[in-house]
This record gives sequence, C-alpha cells and structure tokens, in this order.
Amino acid sequence: MKSRPANVLFYLYGLGVLLFLYLPIVAVGFASISKARYLRFPIRKYATGWYASALASDTVAGLVWTSLTIAAIVTLISILFGFFGALAFARYQWRFRKLYQKLILLPIFFPQTVLGLALLMWFNALGIIPSWHTAIVAHLVWITPIVTLIIAIRAYGFDPSLEDAARDMGCTNWQIMREVTIPLLMPAVNSAGLFAFLLSWGNFPLSLFTTGADSTLPEWLYAKMVSGYSPLVPTLGVLSVAASALVIVVALLVRALLPMIKRLKTARPAVQPH
Amino acid sequence: MNGREARLGAFSSLPLTTLLLVTFIAPLLAIAAFSIMPAKVFSLAHVPDFSAYAEFVREGYWKSLAWSLGMAAVATALLLVICWPLAYAMVRIFKRFTLVITIAVVMTLFVSENIRLFGWVITLMKGGMLEGYLRAWTGNGFDGLLYNVPVIVFGLVYIYLPFMLFPLAQGISMIPDDARHAAADLGANRWQIFTNIELPLASPGIVVGALLTFVLAAGAVAESKLLGGQAVIVISDDVESAFTYGQNWPLGSALAMVLILVISILIVMTLMKIDLDSVMGKGR
Repeated sequence: MKSRPANVLFYLYGLGVLLFLYLPIVAVGFASISKARYLRFPIRKYATGWYASALASDTVAGLVWTSLTIAAIVTLISILFGFFGALAFARYQWRFRKLYQKLILLPIFFPQTVLGLALLMWFNALGIIPSWHTAIVAHLVWITPIVTLIIAIRAYGFDPSLEDAARDMGCTNWQIMREVTIPLLMPAVNSAGLFAFLLSWGNFPLSLFTTGADSTLPEWLYAKMVSGYSPLVPTLGVLSVAASALVIVVALLVRALLPMIKRLKTARPAVQPH
Repeated sequence: MNGREARLGAFSSLPLTTLLLVTFIAPLLAIAAFSIMPAKVFSLAHVPDFSAYAEFVREGYWKSLAWSLGMAAVATALLLVICWPLAYAMVRIFKRFTLVITIAVVMTLFVSENIRLFGWVITLMKGGMLEGYLRAWTGNGFDGLLYNVPVIVFGLVYIYLPFMLFPLAQGISMIPDDARHAAADLGANRWQIFTNIELPLASPGIVVGALLTFVLAAGAVAESKLLGGQAVIVISDDVESAFTYGQNWPLGSALAMVLILVISILIVMTLMKIDLDSVMGKGR
C-alpha cells in the first residue's frame, strides 16, 4: 500500500488514541505538583512538597516494601511455573493439550474482583488468615497464565528438530533443557518476567480482598480515593508510575547493552593473549 | 504424538495445572457450594437451600446484573468501532509506528487502573482539568461530567481498550493479502471486501477481543465506583458488599455465581470453537 493522504488520517488517529490513553496520567502528574491541599484546576501554585512528605513517610515505605516483595516473589514463581506450562502449551503434543490450553485461559478471562472475593472466601474456608502471603497466591492465579502465554508464543516459533538433533547426539533430557530449550526461550522468559513484575506491582483488584491487614500501594491509593481526597494520592500515583517506567528503561538498557558486554568478553582473549 | 512427548507434555503441565486446580477451580467450587447455604452462615455444614438465589430475584439484584451486562455490551460495541481502524492501520499501514503504539499501549497496562481512573476523575470533575481551564479561559464553566451512566461506559472503554486492540490486530494480521486482492480483481468494492473477506477472516481475533472486553467489563467495579459515584450499582459491587459489609457469604456467593454462569457460558461457547494454536501463530 503506497502512502496516500488517507494514511495521514490513520497516523493522526493513532496519535489521538495515545493522547486519550495518557491524558489522565498527565492530569495526575499536574495534580501531584499542586501546592493546594484541595485540588482545583487551574493550579495556582506549584510545589514539590508532597513528594518530600511522601518520601519521608514510614507508611509509604511500608507500602512500597510490601508491593515490591509481592511482585518479586510472584515474578520468580510465575516464571518457574510458566516456563514448563508453556512447553506443555505449545511445544509437546500430548493427550489433553487442547483442554489444558483452555484451562490456562480461564483465569485471564475472569473478572479479577470476583476472583479476589472467591479466593478470600476460599482462604477463610481453609482457615488461612489473609495477609500479603495470600496476595501472592492471588496474583499468581492471574499472572502465571499470562506469563505462560508470553513464553508459549516463543515456544511455538522454535524448531523441534533442534531438540531432536541434540537427542540424536546423545543428550539427556536435562542436557537438552539446559543447552537448547532454555537458551532458545530465554528472551521470552525475560519479557514475561518484566510483565509479571509490573502487573503485580500495579495490580489492585486482586490485592484488594486478599491482603488482609496488610496493604499494597495501589490498594492504599484506592482506599484514599474512595474515602475522600488526599494530596498524597496523585503524588504516590506518579511515584508508582515512575517506578514502573524506571524498571522498563533499565530492562531495555540491559537488553541493549548485554550483547555488547558479551562481545567484549569474547573479544578480550584475542587481544591480550597470555 | 510419540510416547516421550506425551510424557514430557503431561509432566511439564503438572505444576501449573495443580496451581490452578487449588487456587482457581477449588475457590469456584467453594463459591458454588456456599451459594446454596442458608443466609449468613460461615461454614458449609448446613442443610442446603436456595434462599440466596430467591433473594437475588426478590431484592432486585438482577437489576445490577442487567446494568453490568448492558454497560459491558455497549462498551464492547464501542471498542470494536474505535479499535478496528487503529488495529487495521497497525497491521497494514504503520511501519515503525506500530511498535511505538504497541509499547505505549502495553505500558498503560502497568499503571494501576485506579490511578488512571483517578486521572479521569480530576480531569472531568467540576473544577477539574477540563472545566477548570475552560472557565479560566472563557469565563464559562459547566457542571462536572462525572456520576452518570455514560461516564461509566467511558471508563470501561478506556480501561479495556488494549484488550480489544491487540486481539483485533492479531485477527487482522491473519487476513492474507491475496484474498483481498483476488476479491478486488473480481470487482468487489471496499465495503464488499470488508464484509465478505476481512470480517470473516479476522473473526477469531474479533471474537477473542469482544469476549475478553465484555467479560472483564461485566465484572468491573472500579469504573462505576470512582467515575460513576452511586449512579448505578453494578453486580460486582453487590457481591463485594455482601461479602464485606453484609457479612452474608451465601448471598455474595449466589450473586457471584450468577455472574460466573453468564460468563462461563459465553467463554465455553466461544473458546470451544476457536483453535488456539492458529490464533497464537502456529502454522503461519
């Protein structure tokens, strides 16, 4: 398709949708630097005082720590389960594969609020007192299937004959896994891990009912939004978004720099022989 | 299908299957069991009755369900119209811009939905970003745009846009160029190509996108709470109140069960017809 005037409209439309998606985040950004205790646009006085008080607050530190711990553990467990789950999803031909694929999709197609409440009741029925530990389980129910799908897309794309070749040359199952399967799936595992971490960090409907007396950052924000305005809400909102953005930037940098570092390492012996 | 693959497949599916059985299927069964318990009990050791379901009809909880399903349907229809041109352009017209849009849209998913909805609250409220600046520049303000049904649908459209956009784009990418060119050569006009070639061939993506959006929107609660105020009560809100303030688990379970049933029927009907291998890109 050649570039026609109509295509310009499509580009404008795309930009319009992006503007629509980011406008509220921009609004939160403006609100976070308003000096007034009760927000009102147009903003008369700008100040960064709310950031100072947010960063100095022990409550905030506690919330951030809880959210971070949950996200880190969820990432590790979901990758472990999702890696094997993805092989069963996409790579191996086995009897109940089609049924299994549908089971994996169900939690993604399920409203998270209802899922959170169902889990709350389930934990109570089992006699487990909800805390941030149970929130990890709740996040896993939803995030592990997503991780599985992301890795599965990559697993669809790789050539099974590579594994067969390794087997013909005498590799054990474990060696094939270590030398062929894991390296081939590694890029997808990395992006799935990034997704798992960020989705857990930002999740609120699942945390809402399953953290018990503990609280995550998004949950605390919601409580403040519903019960009335606090100037810390936009501030912490921005900080939460900024943290996600930072993680993404670091991940992209690592991905860009890693090949360079590898090349340096392999190049060095040739330059400086012993 | 050889023996080794069959064994490896079953073996590697085990951890995830076990996880989902214990943390997804079992809680749903527990909800089903609680929904037939008498009112306000907290254990399953009672004689089952269906009083909670009777209450669903008698106390008008079906209205909340109707609101939820109705608003979800409108949001899904709107999203189909909004996302189709963009998904189409992402597949056929944009080049590097597709990557920019993909990354930018995915990034919004990492921001808590309540923070993004809060952004709309301070944008649309009286004295918010829209009204505040309009009044400052023109001298004329207007009442806030919040706390009504359309703004809830607006919130649903906003939050669930990515869930429609990406499946649609995937569906559109499944239309072979040859099919469109052949139809054009045979004299089909743009509209005929759209209805007879593109829509049917992209239908797996359309179905997955529509299902995902509808189901998630039907169970959504934050949009109606933050943007809608108390304009309407949605079913998930009722479920939540029954479990928390009401301390009536059987009622909450029955309300959740009705929603779960509607959703399950839709999911089973559609997922049975779709071959996931082809949607996710095998054989391309």
